[in-house]
Amino acid sequence: MDPALTPVLQAAGEAHHLATSIEGYVYPNEQNLLWSVLIVVYPYITGLVAGAFIMASLVRVFNVKALTPVYRLALLTALAFLVCAPLPLLFHLGHPERSFQVMITPHTSSPMAMFGFVYAWYMMAVLLLELWCEYRHDLVVWSERERGLKGALYRLITLGVRDLSPAALHLDERLGKVITVIGIPSAFLLHGYVGFIFGSIKANPWWGNVLMPVIFIFSAIASGMALCVVLYKELSWFRRRAVDAACLDEMGKFLFYALLVDFTVEGLDWLHRLYAAEESISVLKQLAEGRLFNTLLVIQLCLGTLLPLLALGATQILPGRIPVWFRQRIYYNSAFLILVGVLAMR
Amino acid sequence: MNHVISRRRMLGALGSALGWIASRPAAHAAKAAVQNVLASSHAPKGYDPTKHKWLMCIDVDRCIGCGLCVDACKTENHVPEASSFFRTWIERYIVKNPAPGGIDARGEVLVDSPNGGRNGFPPSLVPREEILRSFFVPKLCNLCEHSPCAQACPVGATFDTPDGAVLVDSNYCIGCGFCIQACPYGCRFLNPETKTAEKCSLCYHRITRGLKPACVEVCPTQARIFGDLKNPIENDPIQEFVRKNKVFTLKPHLGTEPRVLYANIDKEVR
Repeated sequence: MDPALTPVLQAAGEAHHLATSIEGYVYPNEQNLLWSVLIVVYPYITGLVAGAFIMASLVRVFNVKALTPVYRLALLTALAFLVCAPLPLLFHLGHPERSFQVMITPHTSSPMAMFGFVYAWYMMAVLLLELWCEYRHDLVVWSERERGLKGALYRLITLGVRDLSPAALHLDERLGKVITVIGIPSAFLLHGYVGFIFGSIKANPWWGNVLMPVIFIFSAIASGMALCVVLYKELSWFRRRAVDAACLDEMGKFLFYALLVDFTVEGLDWLHRLYAAEESISVLKQLAEGRLFNTLLVIQLCLGTLLPLLALGATQILPGRIPVWFRQRIYYNSAFLILVGVLAMR
Repeated sequence: MNHVISRRRMLGALGSALGWIASRPAAHAAKAAVQNVLASSHAPKGYDPTKHKWLMCIDVDRCIGCGLCVDACKTENHVPEASSFFRTWIERYIVKNPAPGGIDARGEVLVDSPNGGRNGFPPSLVPREEILRSFFVPKLCNLCEHSPCAQACPVGATFDTPDGAVLVDSNYCIGCGFCIQACPYGCRFLNPETKTAEKCSLCYHRITRGLKPACVEVCPTQARIFGDLKNPIENDPIQEFVRKNKVFTLKPHLGTEPRVLYANIDKEVR
């Protein structure tokens, strides 16, 4: 996550005895690149979680029927990535064995200490509960059919609620909807909070920014939806099933809008930085022109944002002109590019 | 309606489990508060931090960049030898002459800190006739009144003491590095041996026994002035310092309210 410092560090290393200009100077202690790839991966993964959940909520709350085929896929994607999200953090700690202190003795003024609460809330109260309501019917059926370990596992996950009457199923449905409604702000919270961890660092002009949580949220939604598109295409291919064209069209549409908002918000951020031109702007400019040129301008802006934006925009404006197979290829490739682009931004 | 009750019971059980989990942190927050007081700080028994308020002043015009303070700090506090780990270090600022006929009163400003200034400073590569003026700035923990590092620590391993020091309990630090990112002055680093955050402690083990910090002790020009605001001595150097100088703090706009006061720094010093 520290691309912001890298070029400065390099400059300092090369010109150490030459003395560097004020913009290029870095404190001796900050020559150690501390937050590296592992920290980049974490917000990226939580972003995918939040985005996938928003995708699922489109079906549940906003009644976008065309997306029903990917509802479960989106939820399970969110769960799978959420389970893995803390791993990079854990491995990055100097003392992973003390990590539980964050949960049991949180320091309330630290945004990082809130991690335990936000994560637990999202995992326990939102995702698992919603998945349980969604899958309970199937679980009961499977637990009756399967024997041995598998059956026992299914029986365990039903949590003893084995009622399959229409009233009970209806309750499942309603609960699922309520949880999704709670889940949307929770997903925003989960990821907005990750943005806050970085945005609240006033020591770093690259991150220290009120818009940071908002940028994180929208890039998260874009990347999470993109992940669903990619996974759906690949899983369909893997399972030798035909892709639901209408569903993919719908996903492409939402992906386009999410990306559009993301692009706008990030554009706003840059516009504001350039206009305000505070003390840090010369350092940022130096970074953008130097070491960050490839990740920021080439990969993130051109390949990860503008190109997919144009391609997806074309599918929205000229839906009839572009054949289905080509549209689908656009969705897939755009989604892939967005995933790479958001990773580069992190 | 048996199923509804069973469902309700299920949710109730889940809810209370969540409640139990949620109440644990509250109980432990109380523990953390206690821990803050009892944290290992290398202070001797009987030392009362509320009866002191330590302050460090730096007279930039007096610093000759000899590097004794950096060396003393490394030795006293067993700071890792590598040239990227310092609890205190010295920066050299070189202000070049303005371009003749240009619009600037002063030329480009260059900064360096070879090995933190520990071995003094080699002659600058900038030719002497191009230099307008140059000066040395010793750096250390700014002893912020509102320390961003202590605010950011997720477990409270870094804490403000009532006497003005900001300490790290290395037995409790989880090594996440958030405090290192949060410090605007670059005063922290992750000790590669202990894997915990480390910083200037004002030589807490010394000052709580009536001694001066190592860097102050060895400074040959008294560029570093150290004292206790609550127990001023006769002809207190701190009083004299603030009477005779216009003092500045670093990055005041961040609202950290540093307790390290600088005299005679230029606008470029961060």
